[in-house]
Amino acid sequence: MSANLERLIRGRQWLDAGFAVLGAAMVVLCLGTLGILIADLVRDAAPHLRPEFLNSFPSRRPEDAGIKSALVGTLLVCLVTAVVALPLGVAAGVYLEEYARKNRLTAAIEVNIANLAGVPSIVWGLMALGLLVYKLHMGRSILTAGLTLSFLVLPVIIVATRESVRAIPQVLREGSYALGATRWQTVSRVVIPSSMGGILTGSILAMSRAVGETAPLITIGALSYIAFLPPAPITSAPPFVSFEWLESAFTVLPIQLFNWVSRPDPRFIENAAATGVVLVGMTLSMNAVAIVLRYRLRKKYTT
Amino acid sequence: MSLLAQIQARAPQAAAALVSLLVLNCSVFAQATVTVDGSSTVFPITEAVAEEFQKANAGVRVTVGVSGTGGGFKKFLRGEIDICDASRPIQVAEMIEAKKQGIEYVELPVAFDGLTVVINPKNEFLKELTVADLKKIWEPAAQGTITKWNQVRPEWPDAKITLYGAGSDSGTFDYFTEATVGKAKSSRTDFTASEDDNVLVKGVAADKNALGYFGYSYYAPNASKVKAVPIVNAAGKAIAPSATSIEDGSYNPLSRPLFIYVNKKSLARAEVRNFVDFYLKNGPKLVAEVRYVPLPADAYAKSTARFQKGEIGTAFAGHSEIGLHIDELFKRPLVTEPRPDSNGPKEGEKKAAEAKADKPAEKPAQKP
Repeated sequence: MSANLERLIRGRQWLDAGFAVLGAAMVVLCLGTLGILIADLVRDAAPHLRPEFLNSFPSRRPEDAGIKSALVGTLLVCLVTAVVALPLGVAAGVYLEEYARKNRLTAAIEVNIANLAGVPSIVWGLMALGLLVYKLHMGRSILTAGLTLSFLVLPVIIVATRESVRAIPQVLREGSYALGATRWQTVSRVVIPSSMGGILTGSILAMSRAVGETAPLITIGALSYIAFLPPAPITSAPPFVSFEWLESAFTVLPIQLFNWVSRPDPRFIENAAATGVVLVGMTLSMNAVAIVLRYRLRKKYTT
Repeated sequence: MSLLAQIQARAPQAAAALVSLLVLNCSVFAQATVTVDGSSTVFPITEAVAEEFQKANAGVRVTVGVSGTGGGFKKFLRGEIDICDASRPIQVAEMIEAKKQGIEYVELPVAFDGLTVVINPKNEFLKELTVADLKKIWEPAAQGTITKWNQVRPEWPDAKITLYGAGSDSGTFDYFTEATVGKAKSSRTDFTASEDDNVLVKGVAADKNALGYFGYSYYAPNASKVKAVPIVNAAGKAIAPSATSIEDGSYNPLSRPLFIYVNKKSLARAEVRNFVDFYLKNGPKLVAEVRYVPLPADAYAKSTARFQKGEIGTAFAGHSEIGLHIDELFKRPLVTEPRPDSNGPKEGEKKAAEAKADKPAEKPAQKP
């Protein structure tokens, strides 16, 4: 009997060890592939990763070409996206979780928001082309691009906000009400601050997805060659701020990268690799910020 | 309550600031901008011109997009852009749309591109190809049936053919199919297709039995990796693509002119006029620099004259033509009315068909 039991136990132990090995192998495989890809990219890119590369405009000569306009374009488009999508997304998420009555309508809205998060980005691009460019005549501008990417990330931000608001224990809200706080005071001083970690993480991850988006921006007509910057947002004459840059034509890093990859001259491929390194660097550093924020805020609100 | 009061107190100020902002923004002097869009084949040329032009003319901006020739014409005919890069002449439907929208255009040839048929450098038996061979290999009927070299010509080896070609959205695909099969976009589909010509270069370079085609500008820098096949021209001579043979027209029928179309209304603006002038003046040098083949010098002079006079219309009446010589292109009258397709074979086509002695029929057989 006991021999039988021992055999059974040994079998389970083997199974357990086998799974651990399999899991570790998978991790190594995934990280290894990523590591090799990045190493290869960096090796191709190394000779081009100089300050001049970031600070010069594209050119037909690969050694003079840089990504100034694409980098600035990407940053400005992301700025518009963040300014539009973050307040709207967080407000919508908090409303749905804290204020909205739970009925069929809100249930339907919730399901649909989750579905919207899975809509392919090219579909958003087509919608933006039809609505923003053709109907509303907003032009093929930074504003249009920013709004298009906001459509794309809004559902993701709403879902992330709702998840983290829902994770706040009910006792915190009840404690707040017990002290005589109104609903708004509870939401603004208790619920939102304590769910900030999750909200920010979700939002930053959504933004880093937006950074790499190409399809919807090509659809609305991002350009391939631009050798100037949009007008500066800060001017010397009153009122000192200008929103003219919103209407400017633009290009973004993924489009510049794609353009170079399809060139006959192999030296452009190295430029494309360098652009890839910058893009990966941007995405990774955004993710790093998300991790740090989550860690800090969690510490602050859980102890 | 206090918040509400604050908002109420500040509202007029905020509104005033907003209004002043809007007004100021509207009154800001718009900077002179030339907008170009269209073919990816023409893009490197326009990019080079735009780069040099902006160096020479500080304060003028040029933007260049890549939407493909068809996409470029769509924007051009909506009046969104000043100049359309095109790797083929304007087509019938586009001419009709232009009439409807009241858009007049100046057609300017700017360079040549020679479609290059390439094989692996290890391929020793293939010394030349006729248009008839290419038709046999690429026509839709060849799908699944012509899979070995000895099926094209019995003296060639009994080895598999692997085909690489342009993606179906490109002007290159349209031109190659029209020049070989006889009908634009009519091609077998069992080949590796890519819009990215580097993929085709890599494919052919790695495969001993490969046959592929792409623009001369991609062949030139990759001549060590792939081998160009001489093509038997209308005069019956096998000619390899080179800057000389493409320019003098002996490399036919696979060389084609590239164009820019300028909106006549935009030509009223000094920056657009200067840009086009700069394009044609610096064309020969810059075209060669980005590995395309410049037109003969007098062609640029004729183009300049055409644009300075503001002569509108197209020399093609809405139909691509194969193997058209550049001189003839300038002799033709410019028209804005498309010639209907039903009038039988067009002049150019007749000539091309007569010239192509080795082509079995004058008109290609209808697709089954």
